[in-house]
Amino acid sequence: MTGPEIETLIQLLAKLPGLGPRSARRAALDLLKKRETLLKPLAEALDLAAERIVTCTTCGNLDTIDPCSICAGAKRDVSQICVVEEVADLWAIERSAAFRGRYHVLGGVLSALDGVGPEDLSIARLVERASASEVKEIILAMNATVEGQTTAHYVTDRLAGTQVQVTRLAHGVPVGGELDYLDDGTLTAALRARRSV
Amino acid sequence: MSQAVSAVSLPAASAAERRAAVVRLSLTDFRCYARLRLDIEAQPVVLTGPNGAGKTNLLEALSFLSPGRGLRRARLAEIDRRERGADTAAPWAVAAVLESGRGRVNLGTGHEAAEGKSTERRVVRIDGHPARGQKDLAQYLSLVWLTPDMDRLFMEGSSSRRRFVDRLVYGFHPDHAGEVAAYETVMRERGRLLADGSADAAWLDALEDGMARHGVAIAAARAEVIRRLDSAAAERTGPFPVPRLVLTGEVDAWLGEMPAVAVEDRVRDALRAGRSHDAAQGGAACGAHRTDLLVTYVAKDRPARDCSTGEQKALLLSILLAMARELRGERGEAPLLLLDEVVAHLDGARRAALFDEICDLGAQAWLTGTDDELFAGLRGRARFFRVLDATVMPR
Ligand SMILES: Nc1ncnc2c1ncn2[C@@H]1O[C@H](COP(=O)(O)OP(=O)(O)OP(=O)(O)O)[C@@H](O)[C@H]1O
Ligand SMILES: [Mg+2]
Ligand SMILES: [Zn+2]
Repeated sequence: MTGPEIETLIQLLAKLPGLGPRSARRAALDLLKKRETLLKPLAEALDLAAERIVTCTTCGNLDTIDPCSICAGAKRDVSQICVVEEVADLWAIERSAAFRGRYHVLGGVLSALDGVGPEDLSIARLVERASASEVKEIILAMNATVEGQTTAHYVTDRLAGTQVQVTRLAHGVPVGGELDYLDDGTLTAALRARRSV
Repeated sequence: MSQAVSAVSLPAASAAERRAAVVRLSLTDFRCYARLRLDIEAQPVVLTGPNGAGKTNLLEALSFLSPGRGLRRARLAEIDRRERGADTAAPWAVAAVLESGRGRVNLGTGHEAAEGKSTERRVVRIDGHPARGQKDLAQYLSLVWLTPDMDRLFMEGSSSRRRFVDRLVYGFHPDHAGEVAAYETVMRERGRLLADGSADAAWLDALEDGMARHGVAIAAARAEVIRRLDSAAAERTGPFPVPRLVLTGEVDAWLGEMPAVAVEDRVRDALRAGRSHDAAQGGAACGAHRTDLLVTYVAKDRPARDCSTGEQKALLLSILLAMARELRGERGEAPLLLLDEVVAHLDGARRAALFDEICDLGAQAWLTGTDDELFAGLRGRARFFRVLDATVMPR
């Protein structure tokens, strides 16, 4: 029916979040139809991304430089670190332009049932960063999910030995609500009204 | 959310205005029903027919107009209509036109066969637009049901009574479902950590904090609702037995003695102290999952579990009718009552009292039975249908 190249393409596309086998077939077909305007530019962009984009060894952000442009940014406030679960959450907060400090991406949440423990998350690195004298405040911006809140509690505990003040987003955020889905106004308000833990 | 609803309550409206009623029900591939469309009025509905005709299925379809897993707690795929011999099934859907003092609304819900996903999902549409979640249904309608499965409620283990209590609480506080789910998640996580022999005390602390916060919120909501139903049921006279409702459990007792934050601390301490015990035994020795509901037949001073079958049924009905009255007081309209095979167990006096109470409440009750004669007391006050081989015909 189709050659192995097309089959491979479909199978890879089907691994993307939100795409099932049927939509992956449709996407593959669409790419092949728009060879010049879509397929080739996409292939180049993917190639470039694979080659250039690295994970920031300080904060876990994705960028073409390490430290990333946020960690290296001269205008960023070095006294605040905002802790998020995933890079997508970092992007969401950046979009809202409500935060001028730096970030720390944990890379997930604690989940005993999924086999994700503290050693799988970037927690030791966070404690290390929090011990630097210029850092005054750590803002926990985990999602309002059960796992997010457990992780926030755990991180607070691990930061207890440092001098930083630990704060949390004020959650008008519904349980299970993910940061990435919040509008900028809500995020800004949640950041402003953060409270000490 | 519930505030928005109570804000429009009409204190002195007549029964007809105070009713929320389904005026059209459409089923597609729902269990034995390939297609069904039923146009009715706000009056109570009586469905009679032989075993296996499709009566309970119809009530189950209605039960999906509220959040949750429906009155059979079935898996969504189980409900998809299966033809004899075929192994494929089309996903089911239920649509209803709901009429209430606030006008008409179209509610739709069904099994979504998500492409490429193994998890099953129930989608909800309100006036043609996708709702954010099942919970949104609770704004439009509340439902109270009694099914033959519940006949053994007082005899079984405590978990089904806890589930019963929680369902009573959802009616008043739709957020309760989220708290219960969160509590179960953290409790499972803690159980796994303890079973793995993990020594990470900070992680356990975090999970126990979650159990304490969610658990105390759950216990407080249960206490409030049970107290309310207990006093509402106590006010009644007539052939229905007056039940006394008491929540028994450590956390429930603490809540009566100290402020909620102090109870949270106490639960946290108890869980921390109980780690090695819980690791050995499994589960958790302390928490909101240990609560039980003790029901007593006041006039006989006898626990419900020692009462006769008919008395137990009548006690359950007393609780649910108290619930319906309280909901009407709070929301301004009576809930839908789904009463599956309820009247068969009741003696004549209680049957008549039930019919009067339904009409007095102004509730659209859906009653089923095999024998149409048992419902004679509702003639002229209800719509009668005959259910036979998945068809529903007016009598
Ligand atoms: N997924 C399904 N697809 C097709 N038929 C189903 C499905 N699930 C259940 N049924 C059938 O629906 C029929 C009606 O069931 P229902 O429980 O509604 O009967 P009932 O009228 O309440 O009977 P009873 O008086 O015995 O309680 C049964 O024969 C049952 O086997
Ligand atoms: Mg039945
Ligand atoms: Zn960085």
